Parts: sequence; structure tokens; C-alpha cells
Amino acid sequence: MPERHIVLKNCKVIDPQDITGYLARDGFKALAKAREMQPDAVINEVKAAGLRGRGGAGFPCGLKWEGARKSPGDTKYLICNADEGEVGTFKDRYILENDPFTLIEGIAIAAHAIGAKQCYIYLRAEYRHRLNLLNNAISQANDKGFLSHVEINIREGAGAYICGEESALMDSIEGKRGEPRYRPPFPTVAGLWGKPTVINNVETLMNIPNIILNGAQQFSQLGTEKSKGTKVFSVSGDVAKPGVYELVLGSKLRELLDLAGAKAVKMVQIGGATGRIVPAEMLDTLLSFETILGAGAVTVYDESRDIVDIVLRTMEFLREESCGKCSPCREGTEAMVAILRKFADGRGAPKDTVLLEELSSAMMLSSLCGLGQAAPFPVTDSLKYFRPDYESRVKQKMG
Amino acid sequence: MTEIQTKTASPQEENVLVRLKGAQSQFGYIPEKSIMEIAQSLDLPLSEVYGVATFYSFLAIRPLGRNVIRVCQSLPCYLKHSEMIIDTLENALGIKFGETTNDGRFSLGFTNCIGACDLAPAMLINDELHGNLTPDKIEQILKSYK
Repeated sequence: MPERHIVLKNCKVIDPQDITGYLARDGFKALAKAREMQPDAVINEVKAAGLRGRGGAGFPCGLKWEGARKSPGDTKYLICNADEGEVGTFKDRYILENDPFTLIEGIAIAAHAIGAKQCYIYLRAEYRHRLNLLNNAISQANDKGFLSHVEINIREGAGAYICGEESALMDSIEGKRGEPRYRPPFPTVAGLWGKPTVINNVETLMNIPNIILNGAQQFSQLGTEKSKGTKVFSVSGDVAKPGVYELVLGSKLRELLDLAGAKAVKMVQIGGATGRIVPAEMLDTLLSFETILGAGAVTVYDESRDIVDIVLRTMEFLREESCGKCSPCREGTEAMVAILRKFADGRGAPKDTVLLEELSSAMMLSSLCGLGQAAPFPVTDSLKYFRPDYESRVKQKMG
Repeated sequence: MTEIQTKTASPQEENVLVRLKGAQSQFGYIPEKSIMEIAQSLDLPLSEVYGVATFYSFLAIRPLGRNVIRVCQSLPCYLKHSEMIIDTLENALGIKFGETTNDGRFSLGFTNCIGACDLAPAMLINDELHGNLTPDKIEQILKSYK
């Protein structure tokens, strides 16, 4: 199936600096409709649509909203996670710079549904170049009276991959080191400053106006049983046309790679540093929550690439970005880099692959958050599909 | 483009990270005296404020140059020969990564994925994004930073 622009329908069509063009394309009609609906009815529509979180975890959006709405208390927060730090992901940057208005409308609808009077957009420090554009869009929507029920403020990150993890993100807004929290309690019960909080990815909120305006049915007819709608992918690496592509969920990876002009593929990393590796012989894999998806980062490596080098560089990234709070992740990524470097230098020992596997399972079982739990994936996946690449780097005994 | 008006921050929002960023934009880095002042005024242990200041890669506790170059070192940029950009920058500025030029004009450093993989190789100078870099472009770009 070719590209299908639903989330990206306004990108490169409207002027991101002027709300007029957005209004001419049904902009803020969904908000008007939502505000005539009871919040529970809005939540039910999102539940019926089957929308799942686009930041990688895939949690049902309507359930999350319902959880926060039903939590006791008058003060509730909505956070838009624009801390897109996963290696190879840039879809949210593309969305922010081409269509900030749909995002703002999605936020306004979500705030109405949850009962949040305050929303924070957590923008990564690396995207500061889009701060004025985003502030301008908020200001224009406010001037038109669309934000009378919610105040939207941008909070900027300060350079930390881990702050894309939702509980670390909240600690960062609170001004602390961005370290993941123990759960429960979940954010919908006790989140930002201890209040019920919904944290949604940029792309998740981009889907909301369409669902409200055109109905759950129209949304959920696209996709697979458990993955409804479309997904925006960021494609980079060894391709002729790197960029952002929106496909119906359940499309084949091969279709996406053809669109981007990938040739002589050796492997594809899906979901960034903590994502999964797909070897060339599995390019018919479907892109969905049931199979493999993450936040939609797709990095392509051609036959000239060295697998061990790629996995080592991935692990060096994770070692650097591990927040240090829990030891399985902090020490595990360190130890993995040391072992992987031995292979990269041709000094691997036969027992080192076993060590890597043991470390992997320990980290997966005992790390506090998704970073440490998923950090071993590039190692385990590459050992599964490219073991000879490791074995050929084992040091031969002299004499 | 109109700037949205900054409202008066609530006590909750007037927190360590916000204050540290304030110090950094005032001095170009976070001096020790700012860390002490923030700790004192928020009634927090010095170690906690220092812990926040050193957690985030965009905060600095040592002086930096007027312009901070951050070259992306992550895989998508690496695949597009970011090492060529690194060599060109080191030669043009006469410094190594992690160093600042003697005239204080530039600091040179690495950063992890900046979300510009479609424009690889890419770098940030201060808040500005520069993509599709080639050695030829570097000289021109550097000229525009005083």
C-alpha cells in the first residue's frame, strides 16, 4: 500500500506560521465539535478508534485519558512529549516545523477530555530552533479564542535522551535530574507534582482532531486488528531519499524501503538504539504493534556495513545516555561496550558471546526502565541473525 | 513572529533546572557561585543542585566559547561520513573536540542524535541547525558566527 497522509495531511500544504491556511482546511472544527460533547464521550470515541500511543510503547490512548479523568482531584496535567531523542527519529521535528496547529488542536481536545487546565509541551533542547514557530502557533490559536479552557506552555529540555521516558520527563519539568520513577503509582494517578497526568507523544495528539471530526469508525477501518490508523516513519541511513513517510499500519517494511529508495540492504534497525534488528531476508515483516514498530525510526544499512561496528556504536550511545540510577543499566551498558570493543578489534574470546547473552538477560530482567530493559536488543538480535560476524572476530590462538 | 508573553512563574515552576538555565544564559555557563546561590535560595543541598547541573549535556559548569558547535555523532550521521565534518572543523578551528578556541569564539563538541537524520550529516551551532553538511560548506557557515 502506498503512502497515506492523514497525520501529515497539512504538512507542506499550509503555512506553519499563519493559522489562516489551517482554518481553511477544517482547522479547529474538531475542537468545536469536541467541546459540544461530554468529556466521557470524547474519551469513548478515542477508545473506539483504537488509537495507541505513537511514542513507542503503544498504550491505548483512550484508556490513559480515562485513567486520568477518573482520578480524584481538580488539578490535572497534560504533557505533550516532544523530546524525540531516539536515534534515527525526526518525525516529530518534521511535524512541529510543518503543522504545529493540528498538534495544538489535538492538545486542546485532549485537555477538554481529561479535564486538564494546564498543558506542557516538553521540547528537547536540540529542537530549540523550532521554539519560536511553536510559540507563534500557540499565540495565534490563543488569539482566536481556541485555548480559553487550557493554558499551553513550552518547557525546554536540556539535553538528555532519558527524558523522553515519561517519568524522567516529569522529573525534568519539576527541575530535577531526569531519572525514571518507580511505578506504581502510574502518572495517570500521581504524575507531575503528584497530580494525575497524561503524557502523549506529538504524533498521538496529531491523530486526535481527525478521530473526533470524522469518527472512530473511519479511523479504525485502517490498519490491523491491534494497530489502527497510520504511522509516521523516519527513514535514514543508506537510502536514496531519507525522510518522513506515513503508511497504514500493517504495511510491509519492504514497501517503506522501496519508497525511500533502499538498495542492497544488509539490515534495518527499527526503533532506534533500543529497537530491533531486521535482517535482509525478513523485509516482508509487517510494521505494526503486533510485530515491530517502536516510535517509527527506520535506519537502513547496506551490504558494505559492519554489524559489530554498528552494534558497538549503538551501545556506546546507550552507555552515555544511561541515567545511572539503576546499576543493571549503568554497569551493563559499560560492560557491553567493553566486550563489543574486543570483537570490533578482533580480540573477541569464544566465551564473550555467552557473556553478552548472560548480561543481556540480566539487564532485561532487572533494569528500572525501558532504556536498560531494551538496551540489550541490538546485541541479542545481532547475535541471532549475524553470529558469524562475531565469530570471525574471535582471536585465533597463536602457534 | 510574535513572541508569547511569559507569565510570572509559579513557585513550582521556579525550580532548579529553570534557575540553572537562567544562569547559563546570563554567564554562558553555570559558575560555582550560581550553584551556591540557587542551593541557598531554594534551601537545597549543594550536591543536589550540582547533580542537576551536571546531568544535562546542554548545561556547562566550565566556560564555553561564544558559539558552541555540537556535531552529531550518532549512527545516521556516521553513515553519511560525519568524520569528514569532524576533521574539517578541527582543521578550520585549530582545536580538537572538547576544546575552545583561544579567542573564545568557538567551542567544539559532540552530541547524540539531534533528530536531523534526513539532513545527515548535521550539527547544531548554538540553537541553529545545519544539515546536509559538506567540507566546503563548513567555512561559509563558520564565517557567519562572530
